[in-house]
Amino acid sequence: MPLGLLKYGFASKYPARRDIPAPKDLNKSYDVVIIGAGGHGLSTAYHLARYHGITNVAVLDKGYIGGGNTARNTAVVRSNYISPEAVAFYKASVELFKNLANELGYNQMYSQRGQLTLAHSDASVRTFTLRAEVNKHLGVRSEMVDRKQIREIVPCLNMGKNMRFPIQAGLWHRDGGTARHDSIAWGYAMRAAQMGVEIHQRTEVTGVNINAGKVTAIETNRGTIQCNHAIQAVAGMSSVVAKMAGIQLPIRSYPLQAMVTQPVKPFLDPLVSSAGLHAYVSQTARGEIVIGGGSDPYELYSTRSTLDLKESLIAHTLELFPFFAELKLLRQWAGITDMTPDYSPIMGESPVKNYWLDAGWGTWGFKATPISGKCMAETIAQEKTAAMIQPFHLDRFKTFKLSNEAGATAASH
Amino acid sequence: MKILNCPLNGPRNISEFICFGEVTDMPNPNELSDEQWADYMWMSNNTAGVVREWWCHAATSYWFIVERNTITDEILKTYPANEIFKERVEF
Repeated sequence: MPLGLLKYGFASKYPARRDIPAPKDLNKSYDVVIIGAGGHGLSTAYHLARYHGITNVAVLDKGYIGGGNTARNTAVVRSNYISPEAVAFYKASVELFKNLANELGYNQMYSQRGQLTLAHSDASVRTFTLRAEVNKHLGVRSEMVDRKQIREIVPCLNMGKNMRFPIQAGLWHRDGGTARHDSIAWGYAMRAAQMGVEIHQRTEVTGVNINAGKVTAIETNRGTIQCNHAIQAVAGMSSVVAKMAGIQLPIRSYPLQAMVTQPVKPFLDPLVSSAGLHAYVSQTARGEIVIGGGSDPYELYSTRSTLDLKESLIAHTLELFPFFAELKLLRQWAGITDMTPDYSPIMGESPVKNYWLDAGWGTWGFKATPISGKCMAETIAQEKTAAMIQPFHLDRFKTFKLSNEAGATAASH
Repeated sequence: MKILNCPLNGPRNISEFICFGEVTDMPNPNELSDEQWADYMWMSNNTAGVVREWWCHAATSYWFIVERNTITDEILKTYPANEIFKERVEF
């Protein structure tokens, strides 16, 4: 049997699968240039090729596929937001996640285990009640649960009354879940490449050429390429890249720190987060506990972690799960979150014609990967901002029609 | 723990301070178009590099200026606000 396997492994009939083709030179021009080969950029490329027949597309990245915030998020997928436009948007994303492994033929390890958000104050209970009602109205499964129900959902949670901020109630979101973040990027990359999309890693964008208010070419460290359309999907660097196109954005960038513990046997099925303690916890399929927190207190592009932030995040997590004190930390890191004033993304048209924005993804980008790619592809194909993302238009700041999203992780509830 | 050198209180733990963002000129709202005012309200340079910002030592409510690098997270310089604001600003 082992020899048989070896024979099979070396047979030319069964070559090793290459997810994306080997690198090649840049063409002189492309229909669409996508800046950023993270989940959003690759999802946009895939949707352009698959649903709009646009395959003369280059995806550029100064690093490697999914090496930015696609690899740094804590992989939470949920749709229990508060503003109707956001609930509809993220609900559509959850629907796409459900079928993503089938669509791409690539295992995304999507697991819809439910997400429990804890309220430690009367104010949180009030906003959670509103969120539950808005969600139900729009067909998202969210409900308020009391302490007894919380104990049934997560038996190992510290429900003691001697906590600094005892748990009062929770928002139980059955549609919440998690997926393998790297495989989302790789799945889209592989299928997009098979349809003719070129993915150029280690290709840094250094400038955006504009003629008569329209984007004409993208300058890179490997030469200049002409394009009809360009889109930036560079979470963590949105302001820097937008400035190359002469666009100012209402974004402030802060690091957000996270960590994982050593793997242990499965004990935590749903994802648990706390509005008051700014901590969220989930157990991966491998058994590691993923712990994420709130943003750093001042603007920064450095992803180096700080001890004080990590200490307070651990202290908050131990309030919820005191026995985590027995676990050792395996890895810790930080990602850069592009925060907008209203905690909603900035998508669609920009002041430069044919230069499209997919920015302002703060702490809510990963869960929107499938739907944002779908909407941005539709936007580029029709040369008009898709209806679903119209509320997230940059112009909302000019007209003070902000899309205030208090259901975002970073928002104070 | 990161240390910030306060011009009034000397070196203190950075968690005692609050960052209030870049030093900008406040325009006269009566002279601006709605669009310019919206820009002033919402837009941000979000500079990757050296910035000049307002910081406040929370415990003593002392406001001062910090120059720091947002890529390397280094504090370059701290000084009292009267070094750049020579006269009182009315608004």
